[in-house]
Amino acid sequence: MATIEAGRERFRAALRDYQRAAGGFLTGAGLWLLIGLFFVWAFFQHRDALVTGLVTGSVFALGAIGITLIYGILKFGHFAHGDSMMLSAYLAFFLVSGVIVGERQDTQALPVNLGDLPGAGERIWEFSFGYGLLLAMAAAAVIMAGVFIALDRAVYRPLRRRRSGIVIFSIASLGLALVIRSLMLIFWGADPRSYTRGFRSSFDLLGTRVLYDQLFIFCMAMLLMAAVYLLLYRTKLGKAMRAMADNPDLARISGINTEQIVLWTWGVAGALVAVAGVMLALQAQLKPEIGFIVLLPLFAAAIVGGIGSPHGALLGGLIVGAVQEVAVSTDFPLLGEVSPGYKFSIAFIVLIVILLVRPRGLFGAKQ
Amino acid sequence: MPENVVLEARDVVTGYGEVEILHGVSVTVHEGEMVAVIGPNGAGKSTLLKAVFGLLPLRSGRVFLKGEDVTNQRTDEVVRKGLSYVPQVDNVFPSLTILENLEMGAFVRRDGRRDRLDQVFSLFPDLVTRKGEVAGRLSGGQRQMLALARALMLDPQVLLLDEPSASLSPKMVGLIFDRIRVINQGGTAILLVEQNAREALSICHRGYVLAMGANRLDGEAKGLLENAEVGRLYLGA
Repeated sequence: MATIEAGRERFRAALRDYQRAAGGFLTGAGLWLLIGLFFVWAFFQHRDALVTGLVTGSVFALGAIGITLIYGILKFGHFAHGDSMMLSAYLAFFLVSGVIVGERQDTQALPVNLGDLPGAGERIWEFSFGYGLLLAMAAAAVIMAGVFIALDRAVYRPLRRRRSGIVIFSIASLGLALVIRSLMLIFWGADPRSYTRGFRSSFDLLGTRVLYDQLFIFCMAMLLMAAVYLLLYRTKLGKAMRAMADNPDLARISGINTEQIVLWTWGVAGALVAVAGVMLALQAQLKPEIGFIVLLPLFAAAIVGGIGSPHGALLGGLIVGAVQEVAVSTDFPLLGEVSPGYKFSIAFIVLIVILLVRPRGLFGAKQ
Repeated sequence: MPENVVLEARDVVTGYGEVEILHGVSVTVHEGEMVAVIGPNGAGKSTLLKAVFGLLPLRSGRVFLKGEDVTNQRTDEVVRKGLSYVPQVDNVFPSLTILENLEMGAFVRRDGRRDRLDQVFSLFPDLVTRKGEVAGRLSGGQRQMLALARALMLDPQVLLLDEPSASLSPKMVGLIFDRIRVINQGGTAILLVEQNAREALSICHRGYVLAMGANRLDGEAKGLLENAEVGRLYLGA
C-alpha cells in the first residue's frame, strides 16, 4: 500500500512539474511560436483560405478596434457594434442606390443617388465598384459618427450620470443592437443584397487567386489601423484618450474635459464602424443578421489581442479571421471536414484557447 | 512675507453621501507661501484638498482663487485658472510614457509648453533620461517625482499636495521634501497635507491643525512645532 501511495505522489509531483513547465512556455514565447507556426503551416497548406482569412480578419480588426476603444474609455462591451457595422453597410447601399423596400418591392427614396452621378458607377482600376461607393462610404462614416454621438447623448450619458454599472451599459447596447437590426429589416428587408453585380477580377499572388476587391479591403483596413495608431500615439486628443483609459480620475484632475473625450471616442468609433461595415458587405454581402453573427469574432478579436490595446485588436482580428477560414478548409483527423456553418464558432475556440494560457490576451495590460 | 492671498477656503462644509466630514474648515494661502495641514487620521485633511479642488461638491462655504470665487466649478476650469492637485495614490498614467504624462499635465496650456518642460526636467533630472519609458515601470519614489512634475507642467498659482511622503522610504521622503521646497522657492504657493507632521512643519511657513473635521489650531510652523499640545497629539513627543 505504502509503495502505491508513494508512487502516486511521485506521479502527481511529476505532473505538476510538467504542467508548470508547459504553462510557463505557453504563456510566454511558446504562444507566439505556435501562432507563427500556424501562419507558416497555413501559408504552405491552405494559401487560399489564409488569404481569405486575412482579408476577413482585417475587417474584424477594424471592428474590434472600435470595441477596444469604447471599452477603454467607457469600460463596457459595446454589443451593438456588429449591427452598427451592418447598418452602415446598408446606409452606404442606400446612398448609392436610393433603394428601400416599399410595398413588396424595392422603391427609390432618394432624389439623387450617389451611384447616378456622372461616372460614379464606372469601375475604378480593377475593382468591382466606382467612386460612388467610396463617396457613400465616406458619407456613411460621417453619419455614423453623428449617430454614435447622438446615441451617447440619448442613452449612455444618462446612465453615466446615474453611475450605472457596466452590465447596465452592455445590456443597453444589446437593446440598441436589436433596434438597429429591426430597422434594417424594416427598411431593406431580409433578402441579401450586394453593392455590385457581375464579374470581379482577380490577380495571381504566389499561386493564389486574389480578388482586387480583397486587396482594396485589406489595404483600406491597414490604412485606417495606421491612422488610428497615429491618432492615439501622436496627437494630443489621442494621448488624452489613452490617459483617460488609464486613469479617468487623474485625467479629470489634469484638466482634461472627459465628456468631450467620450464624444470624440464615439465619433472615431462611428467612423470606423462605417468603413468596417462597408468592407464587410463588400467582402460578403448585405444581410441584416450578419451584424449579429460577426459580433462573436469581433469580440474574440478584441479579447484575444487584449481588450483596450489597439495593436492587440489588429493581431487578434487577423488571427481569428485566418484560423476560422483555414479551419473550415482543413481535413481534421477523426473529425473530418468542418462545416462552414461552424466558421464563427471557431472564433470562440480561438478565444478560449488563448484565454486559457493568457487570461489578459496577447497585449493585455498588466494590472 | 507677502500678504496677497492666492487661495482661500472659507467655512467649507462637505462630505460623502450622508456623512459630513468637514464642518466648516477655513484655510488661507498667501502668494509664495507654503502651508501645511496636519492632523490625525480621519481629520478630513485629504477631503479638504478634494473640496478645494472641486472634486467634492461643497455643501456650504466658498473657495476663492486670487479673489475669484471658484466654488464648485468644473475641474478643467479650476485647472485653467491655475490650481494643480497631486492625489496621494494613482497619481500617474501607468501606460503612458513619462513625457506623455507631462504633456497631459500641460493639457490646458496653449503655449510655452516646451519651455515649461525644460524647467520641469531641470527640477527632476532623473526623469529626462527615462522620458520614453512608461510610468508603470517607475519605483514608488520616482512615481511621486513624476506626479509632482506633471502637476507643475501647468505652472500653477497654487499646488495642492496630498501626502507626498506616504509609503516612501525615509531617504525618498527627504528627496521629495527637498524638491517641494525648491518648487516653493521658485514662487509657487503650496498647500500640503501631511501625516508626517514634523517633516512637513519643518519646511513650511505656516500650518493648520485639523481635528474631527474642524480647525483646531493654526499659526507659524515654528510655533506649532514647539506647541505642547501639537507635540503631544501629533508629533509623538
